[in-house]
Amino acid sequence: MKRSVANALPPAVVAVLALAAWEAVVRLRHIPEYLLPGPLRIAAALRDDWPVLFPSLLQTLAITGEALLAAAVLGAGLAVLLIQAKWIERSLFPFAVILQVTPLVAIAPLLLIWIKDVRLALVLCAFLVAFFPVAANTTLGLQSADHHLLDLMRLYGSSRWKVLRFVRLPSALPYFLGGLRISGGLALIGAVVAEFVAGTGGAASGLAYRILEAGYTLQIPRMFAALTLLAGSGVLLYALLSGLSYLLLRRWHESAVRRENRQT
Amino acid sequence: MLPVPPLKPVVRLHQVTKRFAGGTEALAGIDLAVAPGELLALLGPSGCGKSTALRLMAGLAEPTTGSVERLLPATHAVGFVFQEPTLMPWATVEDNVALPLKLLGLPRAEIRLRVEERLERLGLEGFARAYPRQLSGGMKMRVSIARALAARPRLLLLDEPFAALDEITRWRLNDELLDLWRAEGLAVVFVTHSVYESAYLATRIAVLSARPGRIVGEIAVDAPAPRGADYRGSEDYLRTCRAVSTKLAEALEKS
Repeated sequence: MKRSVANALPPAVVAVLALAAWEAVVRLRHIPEYLLPGPLRIAAALRDDWPVLFPSLLQTLAITGEALLAAAVLGAGLAVLLIQAKWIERSLFPFAVILQVTPLVAIAPLLLIWIKDVRLALVLCAFLVAFFPVAANTTLGLQSADHHLLDLMRLYGSSRWKVLRFVRLPSALPYFLGGLRISGGLALIGAVVAEFVAGTGGAASGLAYRILEAGYTLQIPRMFAALTLLAGSGVLLYALLSGLSYLLLRRWHESAVRRENRQT
Repeated sequence: MLPVPPLKPVVRLHQVTKRFAGGTEALAGIDLAVAPGELLALLGPSGCGKSTALRLMAGLAEPTTGSVERLLPATHAVGFVFQEPTLMPWATVEDNVALPLKLLGLPRAEIRLRVEERLERLGLEGFARAYPRQLSGGMKMRVSIARALAARPRLLLLDEPFAALDEITRWRLNDELLDLWRAEGLAVVFVTHSVYESAYLATRIAVLSARPGRIVGEIAVDAPAPRGADYRGSEDYLRTCRAVSTKLAEALEKS
């Protein structure tokens, strides 16, 4: 507990100092709030606009969460499919790469045209960017299983399914979780970018919609308040996924094992 | 050459040649039969294909020419111990040892019983819930041996299992292996590049030459069963070591 406080202190000090400097500059230079609101003004907007912003936050988080869940399930699923045979990997993996390297802003308008349900289109956009890290990392993990352990499974005449369950999946878990951590942030970005593309015409009203709307009506403090919520969500998501990773790996994986005295 | 073992062998290599995809010839014309209950050491310089011979016996590799006959019940009749402990880092000691039994699909209660018995046998009782990373090299190797023996195999294959351990641990594990071998009455094939280890453990030593591996000689070791510290200092032991060394030197000259 003491250690976590000590760890949190330096960034907290930096944050307070930066915010104080920001507030001071805004006040001393009399910068109008439609150009740059100070942190206190943004906090006030956050409080006053909470009834508008909170449902939007939930909306964005729901889209992010659904996309991430789909990315986790389908990404891991694709990885399992890819390692079944070299020819499957060779025939499918390039397309996963193509999907990954095509910018979301370029695909999103098409998806929004093709799919009537705007919300579904947004989830699909967020899923498309979140999908690849999970799939690629899990594939790598499944292929990195200790080959002696694989030999052992062969010695015991184990079926493909048993090899997967007893050796390959556990070996891939750290890789999967690493991919998921990247995908979490990407899913959030995907959800926001897609909503920007959908514009104010979109029926779904997430935080991106609020930012656009506030921009059009020059409610800059509200815009910053929405931005703050987005950044906070990203950090929270990352923390949650890191926590999940720690919980699952702390007993055995080098990345999560705590050492008392840095010795083996 | 020794007379053919009187009992029906558990595994027999007949005129086995193994060439790898790259063109390297690992083994050339190996004839070797493992009798039930014997402790056979495969001794040779590194790169002589001893590990390959072991993998062929296990069925983990196929010979290029010749045949490998396994006269054993289908699966789980062979236990294999690799050079490294090769444990599953995500599983506890007991789960690692239980792996072959789980793969057999035995009932949970029976698995627990058998695992307990194996852990006790190898002095691992207090470590059932420990993870491999918490164990020393010698302990990890014990877990690996316990796992190989979990399904009560008829043939135990060990591929330089103690090469990475310190001498004291290695001697101790040598003695434990002898105890296990005597108690279980199984056939053991043991790959090593240590003359002393082979002379201490084996009832028969097959010396291989390097590249391609060929059996250049076989030496029977008739020293009586309870071999221990006394045996290590005995005239018998030294004589065996000398005989084995001479054969090994011949093997090196030939290659």
